[in-house]
Amino acid sequence: MIDFDVVTLSRLQFALTAMYHFLFVPLTLGLSMILVIMESVYVMTGRDIWKRMTKFWGVLFGINFAMGVATGITMEFQFGTNWAYYAHYVGDIFGAPLALEGLIAFFLESTFVGLFFLGWDKVSKIGHLIITALVALGSSLSALWILIANGWMQHPVGAHFNYHTMRMELSSFSEVLFNPVAQAKFVHTVAAGYVMGSIFVLSISAWYLLRGRNVDIAKRSMAVAASFGLACSISVVVLGDESGYLDGENQKMKVASIEAEWRTAPPPASFTLFGFPDVAARKTHAEIKIPWMLGLVATRSIDQRVLGIYDLVDRARSRIVLGIEAYSALQVLRAGPAETPDAAVLRRFEANQADLGYALLLLRFTDNPAAATPQQIDAAAWSTVPNVPVLFWSFRFMVGLGLFFIALFATAFYLATRHRFERHPWFLKLAFFSLPLPWIAIELGWIVAEYGRQPWVVDGVLPTFLGVSRTSAGNVWFSLLGFAVFYSTLAAVDAFLIVRTIRRGPDGLGYSP
Amino acid sequence: MTSTLLDYATLRVVWWLIIGVLLIGFAVADGFDLGLGASFTYLGRTDAERRALLSSVEPVWEGNQVWFVLGGGAVFAAWPLLYAASFSGLYLAMFLLLVSLILRPVGFAFRGKLTDVRWRAVWDAALTLGGGVPALLFGVAFANLFLGVPFYFDGMQRPVVTGGFFSLLHPFALLGGIISLSMLVLHGNAYAAMKVGEPMAARACLIGRVASAVFVVAFAGAGLWVATSLGGYQITGAINHAGPSDPMHKVVAITAGAWLSNFRAWPWMWAAPVCAILGAVAAHALLYLRRGGGAFMASVVVQGGTILTGGFALFPFLMPSSTFPDQSLTVWDASSSAKTLSIMLGAVIVFLPIILAYTAWVFRVLRGRVTLENMHEHEGEY
Repeated sequence: MIDFDVVTLSRLQFALTAMYHFLFVPLTLGLSMILVIMESVYVMTGRDIWKRMTKFWGVLFGINFAMGVATGITMEFQFGTNWAYYAHYVGDIFGAPLALEGLIAFFLESTFVGLFFLGWDKVSKIGHLIITALVALGSSLSALWILIANGWMQHPVGAHFNYHTMRMELSSFSEVLFNPVAQAKFVHTVAAGYVMGSIFVLSISAWYLLRGRNVDIAKRSMAVAASFGLACSISVVVLGDESGYLDGENQKMKVASIEAEWRTAPPPASFTLFGFPDVAARKTHAEIKIPWMLGLVATRSIDQRVLGIYDLVDRARSRIVLGIEAYSALQVLRAGPAETPDAAVLRRFEANQADLGYALLLLRFTDNPAAATPQQIDAAAWSTVPNVPVLFWSFRFMVGLGLFFIALFATAFYLATRHRFERHPWFLKLAFFSLPLPWIAIELGWIVAEYGRQPWVVDGVLPTFLGVSRTSAGNVWFSLLGFAVFYSTLAAVDAFLIVRTIRRGPDGLGYSP
Repeated sequence: MTSTLLDYATLRVVWWLIIGVLLIGFAVADGFDLGLGASFTYLGRTDAERRALLSSVEPVWEGNQVWFVLGGGAVFAAWPLLYAASFSGLYLAMFLLLVSLILRPVGFAFRGKLTDVRWRAVWDAALTLGGGVPALLFGVAFANLFLGVPFYFDGMQRPVVTGGFFSLLHPFALLGGIISLSMLVLHGNAYAAMKVGEPMAARACLIGRVASAVFVVAFAGAGLWVATSLGGYQITGAINHAGPSDPMHKVVAITAGAWLSNFRAWPWMWAAPVCAILGAVAAHALLYLRRGGGAFMASVVVQGGTILTGGFALFPFLMPSSTFPDQSLTVWDASSSAKTLSIMLGAVIVFLPIILAYTAWVFRVLRGRVTLENMHEHEGEY
């Protein structure tokens, strides 16, 4: 019934297109804010150099912006092409924030971005600053709506299953809107984008200083990037901790996997700094632990337990059993008359419908979840564990990079306030070679959040393998390879243009006095 | 349901209208830059001419394209079953559409960055494909709705699609492609006639006139086909207009000419096709008289008239199923819940006027013709 080739290929394609999209969008978020800061200084001081800085960084912003828009088009439609059952099953809830993103955010951003580039001599100084600010506001609002949609996949609140329509339907829009996971994800992700923009400006400016080119522009740019980046990098880590706390409440399995915490430890749990998770043996070798830290971060207490994988699998097992009740009741309801359902069956369904998604996990192991064997239930329960080593290492590298960014910006901030960049070429080199790091951190963050959500596409509601379209593997092979070649070509051209623009610099592009 | 402002059946019709408005908004706004993209290498022979043409749409095309993205999001939010079944059903066509649409943002952003002739030729080709291919595919897809799409739902309400890419290329679908391509090329060239200087404007008038003639013939031909031999879908039994969205509880019959039954029941609907034809004739005449602004307005009427004609004919069908006609998606049984429809309606009522207001402001700031003379300020790379 389910073609697992289509599942694997569709997941690969989604990962490919989403991760490509995510190379460009955070930089759009960060650079647009930095452009607002630079142009604000120009408007307030009237000093022309700040206008030239805005224009120069604006050229790089424009090249990157185009790629963000281009790769974003696919994202808007891919839920329909490749994830048709997902689209039907949760579209009543998930479609709304996506449409609102277009209505409230993307329209704003895209309508004004043209005037940002071509409107310098068509509107007043203040008018142009407002245009730049609206572009930045539009991109951040866009992230807000997308993360409200994504937050719902991580923590599906405000919805219920309707057996008439065979899908999840909205019960409370305000719960979806004010979903605590969505809010935490928004601040964490947007701040991460601002960090990426700051490092981009910091690194390229460092390169100019090392070469003694565009010194006036580079120094000022570094000062902006250092102060904005310092504030944002601290926010990312602090607000990332906030996401850890929320995951502790809602996605305990993700936290247990990140920690490779197989068995529940007595509270407060210690944080595993290092170790080798062994999936086959279901234990972690050579652990180095920091006492208390995980318990404090995940539960904000010293007496609550952080559940380990074994205990969470036990929980999943009992939810699967209840889910089977809901599933078999649903089959009876679907077969009977829609207007006059059997009251007892309806009660049985409603009592257990919160666990319906867990019964759907069984479809991977049997076509008839209602008659699942204990072995199949056990296999389904263990299938709720995501890929532990990948999450374990991704998380550690991400956090390590986050802490490094704070140190980098703090040093830059110190040197900027003392006007001492020239005396410390080692720092300029370090800043320059840090250029690729925010991309690595951000993609790792995507892996922790989304790969860590597996096997669910919507946590506890719909397994990923069930969400795919019933299309042929050949079709998805074709589109996957097509996107891989097409996107890689465009990304190579994009990188070529960005490097070329940087090499030419403000002096080569006519932004020097 | 009691908390919603309108009853479920009305909400569904209102949302059908909103999707119509978004489609027309897309054709009117993004249509001209697609149509211009499809023909700009003919309109502009030298690099300076091409740059003038591109800069006439460059500041606005990005915002225009959001009509398309918003349309996709709105279909997802309001008609999730349609979003799921149509996009997965037209899989390879959608892939082709996405790839060609992706060429546009990068084409616009990258083309001017190097002066190399080959570099610019590559992006000229990309922009031509990025304009022409979507313009063609929209019509092919729309015409396929008249033919019915081969899909059905399995026991878990999963849309299953049979038939591949080439089954989409029925002669009627190709005729639909010609209609949309000629309609958008007319629109783009009317825009160019209004917005750019000579000698591009003169060429645009010529292309626009050819496109309007092709449009009239193709549109009338499709109408004749629909009226005589093409099978139309009709709900024959009862259907609950306010029931849950489950497309399995109705009976649908296919009879030749049935796509005109709405026009027979409500003759005022004939105004839509009449507007489309008269608009194209007027645009043709105005382009002959070199009145670009007037021709553009006439072309706006063509866009609205054509899309309304299609919508009126299909109503209440959204996407008929040729495999099991009874499982066709209609306005009555493929929508979101009343709650979602009503919340989204509120958002549209608040934000659509704001969008229209700032879009109008941007167009006002950019008013005036782009001529070769004022292009010289942007010589070389930019």
